[in-house]
Amino acid sequence: MKDLVKEFTKGIIKENPTFVLALGLCPTLAVSVSVINGIGMGAAATFVLLGSSVIISLVRNFIPGKIRIPCFIVIIATFVTITELCLKAYSPVLNRALGIYVPLIVVNCIVLGRAEAFACKNNLWRSFFDGLGMGVGFTLALILISAIREFLGSGQILGRTLIKGFEPVFVFGMPSGALLVIGLLLGFFNLLKNRRS
Amino acid sequence: MINNFTVSGSPHIHKPESVSRIMWTVVISLIPAGIAGVIIFGLDALWVTLVAVAAAVLTELTFGILTKKKITILDGSAVITGILLAFNLPPQVPLWLPIVGAVFSIAIGKQVFGGLGQNIFNPALVGRVFLMASWPKYMTTFTPSFDAVTSATPLAALKEGKALEHISYLDLFLGKHGGCIGEVCILALLIGAVLLLIKGYISWHIPATYIFTTAIFTYIFGAAQLFHGDWLFHVLSGGLILGAFFMATDYVATPLTAKGQIIFGVGCGLLTAVIRIWGGYPEGVSYAILMMNAATPLIDRYTKNRIYGTK
Repeated sequence: MKDLVKEFTKGIIKENPTFVLALGLCPTLAVSVSVINGIGMGAAATFVLLGSSVIISLVRNFIPGKIRIPCFIVIIATFVTITELCLKAYSPVLNRALGIYVPLIVVNCIVLGRAEAFACKNNLWRSFFDGLGMGVGFTLALILISAIREFLGSGQILGRTLIKGFEPVFVFGMPSGALLVIGLLLGFFNLLKNRRS
Repeated sequence: MINNFTVSGSPHIHKPESVSRIMWTVVISLIPAGIAGVIIFGLDALWVTLVAVAAAVLTELTFGILTKKKITILDGSAVITGILLAFNLPPQVPLWLPIVGAVFSIAIGKQVFGGLGQNIFNPALVGRVFLMASWPKYMTTFTPSFDAVTSATPLAALKEGKALEHISYLDLFLGKHGGCIGEVCILALLIGAVLLLIKGYISWHIPATYIFTTAIFTYIFGAAQLFHGDWLFHVLSGGLILGAFFMATDYVATPLTAKGQIIFGVGCGLLTAVIRIWGGYPEGVSYAILMMNAATPLIDRYTKNRIYGTK
């Protein structure tokens, strides 16, 4: 049990996909304009991670080593298609905001990275908690980045204006602002890590 | 007597120049343009400049204390960044704008890279482009000055296709038109530039090739018909002179060798002319210099001087 908790929590802080592994930066840069987009993208990616980790760990002994990557992609693509169709059906607004980045979860390196590095070597429950932890870590990182960007770029959080008279810094709504925020946060977390060790 | 026979390793002959001495000379060379700006635009220009300098120096100080490094506010580099940033702002901006810009210039443009000598981009231009991208409303509103004929900058008017007959070359040269604080008075800028050239703190390579390329290119492509462009107008308007002499010659972010500097100047000139003629912005000096700053490591790599005795 303790083992499983560890698999879950490592994805949030010690091996956070965005800030420590620096994986999956493309969707992070693209969709972190507003918190709601961040949550939507995080939830979609978490679902795909969870589903693909579970299935891959279940079939890991049947997949020939040489064609494992195509097999992983097929499994991942299945879950991405489910996610995309659900989004289209139940939340067309969010689907439009996330755009091409939902189908692109197929090639998100966090998902494939976990499949290759973890799920194909570990049993069902460990893979389940690993996928969940990574997904939650990714979602939290997205929420943090998008909260900073939404507040600075439009003066709002979740569509609500916080400070009256605040002049939004447009650049944080643009991709260059996303690079700035991610870079500074990466530096900050590395600073904290260095301080601790 | 025995003190004259100090034994030490080379180099044995030292020049009295130091980083801070050069930096403060650059500050002095910028003063004429500042005075001209205050005369043309009134005291607002002075406040914007002072606030930007104060914010830049305070940010430098804060970083020095936080990172427990040597406090470098006295070497004058932060002062230059503040002045250059203010010179690139319209005179009537709200005073928080130069503060935000200067903090960004020093913190993001310079200190995160490791301080003076490590920055890959000109810090003042980083601040200006940040302000330009964030609050374009303030950065492109030029309220009329006391005897200026037009409120928009000549280049902006040209972009919008308005007639320009009422601005003479002399007015452009003396700065009697709308624009940023430090860029309008070419005469004052040239006084400062001559001081730097005489002192040998900047070489002719970058400014000359930069201005020459812009002139040639705007002469060829600046008008509907080839070879009919108003090149003198393009040289005298906008931030070209300020950029060419004071920002494209930044020691840190420009190539080291003469050959490299010529490539740098030509590149800046081409980009400026292309942005002015076909780009979406009326003025392209800051973007041109920043883009060439990014190309500097590459230029340096291919223009390395041959070391004597090697192939």
